[in-house]
Amino acid sequence: MSGSAAHQIDPAERPEIDSVVVRFAGDSGDGIQLTGSRFTETVAIAGNDLETFPDFPAEIRAPVGTTYGVSAFQINFGSRTIMTSGDAPDVLVALNPAALKTNVGDLKPGGLVIVDTGTFIDKNFEKAGYPANPLEDGSLSRFQVFPIDISKQTLEAVKDSGVSKRDGLRAKNFWTLGLIDWMYDRDLAPTIKWIEAKFTKEPEVGKANVSALKAGHAYGETAEMPAGVRGVTIRPAEHAPGLYRTITGADSLAYGLIAGAQLAGLDLFFASYPITPASAVLHTLAGLKGYNVATFQAEDEIAAAAAAIGASYAGALGITSSSGPGMALKTEAIGLAIGVELPLVVLDTQRAGPSTGMPTKTEQSDLYLAVYGRNADAPVVVLSARSPSDAFDTAIEAIRIATKFMTPVILLSDTYIASAAEPWLIPDFGTYRPFPVKFRTEPEGFHPFLRDKDTLARPWVKPGTPGMAHRVGGLEKNFNSGHISYDPINHQRMTDVRKAKIDGVAKDIPAQAVDQGDSKGKVAVVGWGSTYGPISRAVGNLRREGKAVSHIHLRHLWPLPRNLGELLKGFDQVIVPEMNTGQLITMLRNQYLVPAEGLNKVMGRPFTISEIEAAIRSKLG
Amino acid sequence: MNDTVMPRALTPESFESDQEIRWCPGCGDYAIVKGVRKALAEIGTQPDQVVFVSGIGCASRFPYYMATYGFHTIHGRAPAIASGVKLANPALDVWVVGGDGDMLSIGGNHTMHAIRRNIDLNILLFNNEIYGLTKGQYSPTSRVGTRSPSTPMGSIDYPVNALLYALGAGAHFIARTVDTLQKHVPEVLKRAHAHKGASFVEIIQNCIVYNDGAFDHFTAKDVASERQLLLEHGKPLRFGKKLDKGLRFDPKAMRLEVVQVGEGGVPESELVVHDETNLSLASMLAALEPPTFPIALGVIYCNPAESYDHAFTGQLEAARAKAPKADINALLRKGHTWNIGTQR
Repeated sequence: MSGSAAHQIDPAERPEIDSVVVRFAGDSGDGIQLTGSRFTETVAIAGNDLETFPDFPAEIRAPVGTTYGVSAFQINFGSRTIMTSGDAPDVLVALNPAALKTNVGDLKPGGLVIVDTGTFIDKNFEKAGYPANPLEDGSLSRFQVFPIDISKQTLEAVKDSGVSKRDGLRAKNFWTLGLIDWMYDRDLAPTIKWIEAKFTKEPEVGKANVSALKAGHAYGETAEMPAGVRGVTIRPAEHAPGLYRTITGADSLAYGLIAGAQLAGLDLFFASYPITPASAVLHTLAGLKGYNVATFQAEDEIAAAAAAIGASYAGALGITSSSGPGMALKTEAIGLAIGVELPLVVLDTQRAGPSTGMPTKTEQSDLYLAVYGRNADAPVVVLSARSPSDAFDTAIEAIRIATKFMTPVILLSDTYIASAAEPWLIPDFGTYRPFPVKFRTEPEGFHPFLRDKDTLARPWVKPGTPGMAHRVGGLEKNFNSGHISYDPINHQRMTDVRKAKIDGVAKDIPAQAVDQGDSKGKVAVVGWGSTYGPISRAVGNLRREGKAVSHIHLRHLWPLPRNLGELLKGFDQVIVPEMNTGQLITMLRNQYLVPAEGLNKVMGRPFTISEIEAAIRSKLG
Repeated sequence: MNDTVMPRALTPESFESDQEIRWCPGCGDYAIVKGVRKALAEIGTQPDQVVFVSGIGCASRFPYYMATYGFHTIHGRAPAIASGVKLANPALDVWVVGGDGDMLSIGGNHTMHAIRRNIDLNILLFNNEIYGLTKGQYSPTSRVGTRSPSTPMGSIDYPVNALLYALGAGAHFIARTVDTLQKHVPEVLKRAHAHKGASFVEIIQNCIVYNDGAFDHFTAKDVASERQLLLEHGKPLRFGKKLDKGLRFDPKAMRLEVVQVGEGGVPESELVVHDETNLSLASMLAALEPPTFPIALGVIYCNPAESYDHAFTGQLEAARAKAPKADINALLRKGHTWNIGTQR
């Protein structure tokens, strides 16, 4: 599907291919993620479209050589539009036996394995659970194997740079990067520039890394390659004209929040507690305080939500961020924000499993939690980002709704979106329409739960505003005065109006569009969040075969778009792929009584295109 | 509503809200709200520059009775919510109110961290050694053996000393007063307000329904002067109806001891002189318990350091000075970018 196996061809010149999937894998101390992100930049600069998938262990430094300490980074890049990080790698770089063992099963038949034979020693076979050297027992016969003693080559390359053997060996990720750069004809200059900037304080380490990079590249140019291993050419992709950069979902969210706060005319107050995989947003924002951003690392998840609510109460835009377990802890505070009707944005970078689960693996199983997971009738708005670049606009939308309707908005991202990178056509911020918040300053006729006729939102008053002192709290309020009330009819009325306010958001959001295909037909594939890439490509492939398949992808998960029910009724079958056991599908059946069918996967990894394609095909009969 | 033009001279009544107070008749909280209003009138901050944040519990109804901005939040979280309020707008005068269950049990963590950060909040802990609003269960400050609906055979866990807890968290200001001390309460609160940083005040409060008389052994009229040590910075530690008792430091045992002062006793010069900046002395004073010792009342420790909100604002200002325009287009274009268009 993605990437044609290029490595069996053997002409004299670099053959041209349209895309390739490369996976780097090694010990978590081998600098695999760094290698991946450097290669990503090189690929982006060369003008290819790309999508990446970093896959790292929860342990920071698991015992060296073990399978559970393996870190991997996959990149799919090409001259055509790339929608996913690739179903199966064409090329696997395995820097030790454990990396080979845990990753080779994903490799395409006939794919290329580059291994560092310097690590293929008895001790490491034992740690990886190999009874014998896998390079010699025929177990890799389905693949092309390219054994190189990368460790030795690296030490040779760095011997004049004045670093210790230990530090020298750490440059082997750059040697590997140099070889892969040669293979795809990439310019070394951006990486060299990056290394030099990064290691200004340790110039000898920087020098060693540059030497290793160059040596890896030179090895490709000069060494005798096994039959079939050749450099290839991948032309730049056809992108819309404009200025591009690469962006991860975490950075995109951070920038989107800053942009949204600016459009609202508010200072941003971001309170968070460290949690994998959500912390990256905190890190990015902490470095951007110049953009009217304040960041607060709270003592726990509850305090983070509470401090954000306090900031919103004081007239800033309070935002809190976490992942599943932290979301569970914030639940009561979110209920307070619903009760006192203050704007709040809650980012949930979803991860796999109940409890601690698999902290570094992706899943989209917090949808029920976001939509339904609170005590009492406590509706909120729920949005989801579908890709790293989409996270920017989704964050802005979250702030727009939170401030316009005086409500918490939960924004669902996931591990995959947060850490994946893709090229992004940088938008012109000047074209975004501001939505400035108007704080109430007029005491005449004021009470804190007086509602706007259209939005049903209550007024937002900054403490410190003269003549407007008032009290709010989690106790039920009288509809007409805002004072505490236990009146039964009043509670019914307040519950109804809180629901009506959130339901009314549906009038304020765009009607649901069809991403690909017709608005009526045989099969609609309905997705949300990071399944966008694989669904989009799978539907595209089938449509090119002439199949009547459409792709509908939701950003607004609660309230659902007003036309969604009618739209779904226009299809004979509705398929809902989700990385959970069936959460959106339950909502769709519940709301619209549509006979939707699920395609569900919870393996800590995104769907492959072929999985979705096969599922649709089986429905088409 | 015309106070926007010309701030009036403030009286305690300026801080009275229009809400009818719903504490039990005879509750110590009535006296406290009176004392707080008096203190605020004397401090002189306009009511609309003041925010009261509370958690859940009897004490936490407090904001409804103040004509200031008020936020009645969720159980235990008031210090965290108040931190957000203060950091978002450091110009506000932010007060936190809660009971012993709220601030030392369910919210103990937030209390500790608000104090540790030294954020400029005035934290008032109403300590009645019982859960009132949930009908009388023993609390984290209840004494061992407290019989309550949840401990019919008597409680078996040791109570926490609120002020030692605060000191352990790194407090720069701790003080203690008693609900009924109508002159003392406002004086202590004014000191707490004047301290820039987290000010932690324990207010001993009688729960007339579920724990009536819990503090009689040092608050009852007949014993009060013998069991209360009223602290004053720079003054020797003397107490008793005739001020005939004092506290002396026993250097061998490394602890305070009660001594007779004057005739038949030791000269005043042998007594410890109160020094609000002395952490070791503060620990000893906070730990004193009647009947062996008098209870220490007043400002026990005041040793200011830079407040969190001040440092926080400083970092924001420094960062903003470097990026005065907060230009989003420039932000998005930082780092490696490439152009696709006519060049290709």
